[in-house]
Amino acid sequence: MDAYIKEAIIKGIWETIQMTTFSALFAYVVGLPLGVILYVTAKDHLFENKAVNAVVGFVINIGRSLPFLILLVLLIPFTRLVVGSSIGTTASIVPLTVGAIPIVARMVESSLNEVPSGIIEAARSMGAGPLFIIFHFILPEATPSLLLGGAINVATVLGYSAMAGVIGGGGLGAIALQYGYYRYEKQVLWVTVALLVIMVMLIQEAGVGLSKKVRRA
Amino acid sequence: MAEEKTKVYELSHVTKIYENEGKKFTALKDVSLSVYEGEIFGIIGMSGAGKSTLVRTLNRLEEINEGTVSFYNDIIGDLKQKDLRKIRQSIAMIFQSFNLLNQKTVLENVALPLKIAGVSRAKRREKALEMLQVVGLEDKKDSYPARLSGGQKQRVAIARALAADPKVLLCDEATSALDPKITEEILELLQTINKTRNLTVIIITHEMSVVEKICDRVAIIDNGVVAEVGEVSEVFTNPKSDAAKRLVLPGQDEKNINPYDCSNQGAKVVRIVFDGFSAKEPVISTLVEDTGLKVNILSANTKSVGGKGYGQMIVELPKGEKEQETVLDFFEQRGIQILEVSA
Ligand SMILES: Nc1ncnc2c1ncn2[C@@H]1O[C@H](COP(=O)(O)OP(=O)(O)OP(=O)(O)O)[C@@H](O)[C@H]1O
Ligand SMILES: [Mg+2]
Repeated sequence: MDAYIKEAIIKGIWETIQMTTFSALFAYVVGLPLGVILYVTAKDHLFENKAVNAVVGFVINIGRSLPFLILLVLLIPFTRLVVGSSIGTTASIVPLTVGAIPIVARMVESSLNEVPSGIIEAARSMGAGPLFIIFHFILPEATPSLLLGGAINVATVLGYSAMAGVIGGGGLGAIALQYGYYRYEKQVLWVTVALLVIMVMLIQEAGVGLSKKVRRA
Repeated sequence: MAEEKTKVYELSHVTKIYENEGKKFTALKDVSLSVYEGEIFGIIGMSGAGKSTLVRTLNRLEEINEGTVSFYNDIIGDLKQKDLRKIRQSIAMIFQSFNLLNQKTVLENVALPLKIAGVSRAKRREKALEMLQVVGLEDKKDSYPARLSGGQKQRVAIARALAADPKVLLCDEATSALDPKITEEILELLQTINKTRNLTVIIITHEMSVVEKICDRVAIIDNGVVAEVGEVSEVFTNPKSDAAKRLVLPGQDEKNINPYDCSNQGAKVVRIVFDGFSAKEPVISTLVEDTGLKVNILSANTKSVGGKGYGQMIVELPKGEKEQETVLDFFEQRGIQILEVSA
């Protein structure tokens, strides 16, 4: 393999890590509260609110049902508005974040739903207010499950980041496309694929390991 | 009630209707009862009778449709959320499934009510340790609940319930998930706490033995209605309502009790009542052995609960006044009540 290709791959790995990290981070900044809102506004929950639950749920479902590639294209004007450009590593963080938010929100919601209702009942019987219950009962109890879901979500974002390469994003996906598809350099294609698989596995392992480490039951 | 006792709870005409998809179900019907300070009050009934619903109205985990629940001087249903939360700090509750936080240590679990009450970190720790001492689990303070046995979990739950110095402790089937030996231990602990801390305890259960073991008074609830309330000894020996009879004397209604079928007219017939009498001792055969006198059993309706006998027998006494006295003395010595004497 030529030295310049090697260099490109190393740069690609770095870009992929950047895209994944920041997109996942931003997606959680928005998606975690959204997931909490979905959970607490559900029927018989702390802040039961049919309207809010229906609206948030509807928007999230739309976001989730849109194929990511289409979302990428649809978001080009928005990305330009936010980062001033629609190509490159930084630019692809915008659609990646937007695409991951609904996935994160649903994952968070389902993790919170795993917390036994008896715990919340006990909290209420102690005289805890709803915010106290969320922060000191529900979220701590859901932490192992949230971490496990987090690993799945980060791996998903990583996969999406490879797709972002198609429309001018950086990272391993772009390299695979450039060398592997346009120039038909099979070796480069396989190396990038292998790297992506390894990265997904590492993320998964890290998530499971972390979840196990914090799980007390 | 001879002396004036302070009422902890007074429920008057409480009705609770569940509504699901337009379907209404009345879980509590016109329930009125009082619980007094310092007593252990049992609420017993069949599954689905409304026991959990009833206990949940006591800290307003369940809103009621009619009537009032008063806790000391407050009508629980009238409280604003903020005041309700404040009052809940003095109404502790323990559950069948313990409801401990798996992700927190035993000590952190016990300290939670104090955190809710806004107690400082150092004081929380001190108080939580003290409570763990009460339940005999100081050495487990840094363990996580998953590492504890069921009995230990319930002890932690009790420590947690006591942490904020509540005025009353509600127990919803607190021993139903435990084996008989551990149940016994937990009940003893509750009894000790009731005595030493003068804590009013309200116990929900479907087990007669639990009520028999530690309750002072009991309410029998049947189909959402309070069928009977009274001293345990009274209700268990002399059940008046059908629901109470079904619980205390299962398998037979009063109506089905044998008509007095005396072997000879004019014989002396008595009704003897077993009130927690040791079921292990065969009373009638001991009578024969000890006194050489026989009684004719006309009807028997007894039940063994937790190794104790409950129920009644209708027996025809032997002839002769002296013999009859011997037999009655024998029963009396054993604490068996002789309730009704007919000639
Ligand atoms: N949320 C609810 N919606 C509708 N019906 C309910 C609801 N909760 C309880 N019920 C009904 O109310 C009745 C009383 O329920 P409750 O849980 O109080 O019974 P229980 O005496 O505690 O029974 P168990 O011994 O089985 O715990 C039952 O028939 C139950 O089906
Ligand atoms: Mg129940």
